[in-house]
Amino acid sequence: MNNQNKSFQTREKLKLVFTGHVDHGKSTVIGRLLLDSGALPQGAVDKIRRVSAETGRPFELAYLLDAFEEEQAQGITIDTTQLQFKTAFRDYVIIDAPGHKEFLKNMISGASDAEAAFLVVDAERGLEEQSKRHAHMLALLGLQQSALIVNKMDLVGFSQQVYQQTVEAARYFLSSLGLKLSVAVPLSALMGLNVTVKAPELSWHDGPTLLEALDSLKKSGHSHEAPLRLPIQDVFKFDDRRVLVGRVESGQIAVSDSIVISPGGKTAQVVSLASWLPRDQKTKAETGESVAVIISEDFFNRRGEIVSRIERAPKTVNRFRASIFWMGRRPLKAERRYKLKLSTAESECEIVKLFNLIDSSTLKPLQAQGEVGFNEVAEVEISLQKELALDLFSQCQATGRFVLVDDLDVAGGGIVTWAEDKPQVKAGFVHGELKARCELFQEYFYDLDRMTFNKIESSVPFYAVGDPVPLSGESYLYPEFFDIVIFRDQIVVKIRDGLVGALSPFSEYRYEGYPLVNGRGFAVKVNSEDDWLKLNNELLLINNRERAVGPDEKWLDFNVYRRIRLGRDRHL
Amino acid sequence: MNHLQALEAYSIFILREAYKKLGRLGLLWSIGKDSTVLLWLTKKAFLGHCPFPFVHVDTSYKIPEMIIHRDKVAKEMDLELIVHQNVLALESGMGPDKGRLICCKALKTDALNEVTKKYGFDGLIVGVRRDEEGSRSKERIFSERNQDDEWDYANQPPELWGQFKTEFPRGHHIRVHPLLQWSEIDIWRYVENEGIELIDLYFAKNGQRYRSLGCAPCTGKIESQATSVSQIINELENTSVSERAGRAQDQEDAYAMQKLRRDGYM
Ligand SMILES: Nc1nc2c(ncn2[C@@H]2O[C@H](COP(=O)(O)OP(=O)(O)O)[C@@H](O)[C@H]2O)c(=O)[nH]1
Ligand SMILES: [Mg+2]
Repeated sequence: MNNQNKSFQTREKLKLVFTGHVDHGKSTVIGRLLLDSGALPQGAVDKIRRVSAETGRPFELAYLLDAFEEEQAQGITIDTTQLQFKTAFRDYVIIDAPGHKEFLKNMISGASDAEAAFLVVDAERGLEEQSKRHAHMLALLGLQQSALIVNKMDLVGFSQQVYQQTVEAARYFLSSLGLKLSVAVPLSALMGLNVTVKAPELSWHDGPTLLEALDSLKKSGHSHEAPLRLPIQDVFKFDDRRVLVGRVESGQIAVSDSIVISPGGKTAQVVSLASWLPRDQKTKAETGESVAVIISEDFFNRRGEIVSRIERAPKTVNRFRASIFWMGRRPLKAERRYKLKLSTAESECEIVKLFNLIDSSTLKPLQAQGEVGFNEVAEVEISLQKELALDLFSQCQATGRFVLVDDLDVAGGGIVTWAEDKPQVKAGFVHGELKARCELFQEYFYDLDRMTFNKIESSVPFYAVGDPVPLSGESYLYPEFFDIVIFRDQIVVKIRDGLVGALSPFSEYRYEGYPLVNGRGFAVKVNSEDDWLKLNNELLLINNRERAVGPDEKWLDFNVYRRIRLGRDRHL
Repeated sequence: MNHLQALEAYSIFILREAYKKLGRLGLLWSIGKDSTVLLWLTKKAFLGHCPFPFVHVDTSYKIPEMIIHRDKVAKEMDLELIVHQNVLALESGMGPDKGRLICCKALKTDALNEVTKKYGFDGLIVGVRRDEEGSRSKERIFSERNQDDEWDYANQPPELWGQFKTEFPRGHHIRVHPLLQWSEIDIWRYVENEGIELIDLYFAKNGQRYRSLGCAPCTGKIESQATSVSQIINELENTSVSERAGRAQDQEDAYAMQKLRRDGYM
């Protein structure tokens, strides 16, 4: 990079959002900060003066941010704004957020971009409904760093006592949300006191000015230790290469890394990172970079799958719990279907359980009535129509948060609080798009120390049509001709002469007189076409939409093909 | 990653998102520095390809060098170029003498809306930035326009966590803004780092240069000695005049841009 830009290139940039109840002075604080630090272009203040003269409205610094005619006419911020600002120390993106309840969705849009937040509180009025609701949203958005501005100190005679009471009240409320207050500043935005320079009126304040407080916030860097998460955004085929593109949301990716793609669990190596210009060619990319990756296997990959390292893969689930906030005009309802978008993945979903409905401004429980209203917060259990790869929000923010689309608009957001991984697929059968999991050829043993049944994990590949399968092992023996009924995937695999014959979905399968074995290697007691239909009817009754479950134990015989070994350790 | 690399990475993410999620796409190309950076980012996003057409709304009042430059770059870069004019308005003598905002509306807004309809664009990529002026500072990255190309700015849906507005009724379209979070000086620093070639109207001749390019009758030059990109950066670091001060239509009325943009102006 060019020398001249050296200092610029290494300068840090922090994104800060100003939140709080309507009229507590967020826009004025920002306007004052810009004005007193000389950041405004020439004529900006003159323009506001002119507009207030033309319209007969009083001069307001907030107009620097509230650019819409409607905003100026009503004296409120409707939508969020971002602007750039710099101190001697570093660069900032300052985000102004509306404080009106009606526009919480816009506050969230602004705050979701920020790395740290200021809560602006009117000294005279103290914490109000939206102050608290905003704090709650900051917690849900994962913003750990928050700071307090006690504004309008001129209205309380610059009272130190009022300031301290406000700080304590805010600290208490924030801590109940798990948020820490890193710094607090008393000021008057209107009079420009303690914004960029200390003020005699606030001589009792031995803490920082607003400008100093800004610079005292810490930017949290990306950890190189974080697990790799590269959600596939698209698969390019502009030439004969298949290129996976996406943004590295966490961790790093480098050439020759071994990777796994979830859901599915296919593994491969990173061959190269592609670029247009030779000088952009690189062998490694870090969090935040938009990359184009060529991998060693020509898999059929799709948008929404996540590339990670094998050791720390995301969870693959079709059901999870989350904390959600709702911004939709019509309430969120249990049992209605929504589109869920999580990083680049999408799935239809349904809210199957709704609990802990709370008023997001008081944190008091609300009576749950099967719906979550405008601006409310709830804990929910979500069932997905298809499996997605995801993380707990506490472990990886970018792949642990999602939005819900109602009708055509994003109407809710949420963070994953609980999800249980499905067992990893280690072995199975593939044929084109059809895929079935099985543990048929895994050795089972009885652990004498723990007195439990265990299986020996082996990395058996997928068997394709025509592949031979290992018919006998130390703990099992199968015939040369039989049908494997894989209930989880609703697929039957025919084994003919020790080779994989064909894969067919349950609906297309006809009983041919060969023995039936389930995916674990236990005999299925089906001896005729009639038995098969009976079993299927039973399954239809017990299976719900989300999960395909196996048959009742009465259909199984555990002692035909398997013989459980006794052992002390898995390597026996 | 430094600040410019972060901006580049995010813009590439946005472009790829638009390409994947919106149907028919066009990139609004005005020959200036922002659209040229957009072209560059497009090449980076799509590994040297430009998988959508570039659209130039030609008011016929553009500074003549811009048209020459446009055709030259389109040929060199092998762009699929769509040039569109509001022929009816031009035939009836539309021009800035009819009133600046009326002229902008007819030759830019209406022409843009015509070409959007004509080609059935679901997405239009536009190089506007938040720091240009007030109504743009309030924009979303994916911003919906209705069947009449209007922007319902007072009621924008939430946009968070890189989840953009990609569901919309037929006949509506999305304005995609990959440069929204860039500032004027970011653009110039990027131009410098990447060695991007720009039209020479930006560089001072006889003590004057253009800071923002538009139609000849309504775009003023600024006093400047800057003849290179690094001199321009230096000049911008020390100026307190806003970028669009030389654009007459912005100065017409306090909310001129808001009104133009409500009706579909870029
Ligand atoms: N007395 C006094 N008024 C203030 C102060 N800061 C802002 N205000 C006024 O409070 C009102 C609301 O300010 P605004 O910035 O729009 O609040 P926001 O809704 O939080 O953005 C405006 O009329 C401001 O002039 C202050 O420090 N002292
Ligand atoms: Mg405000």
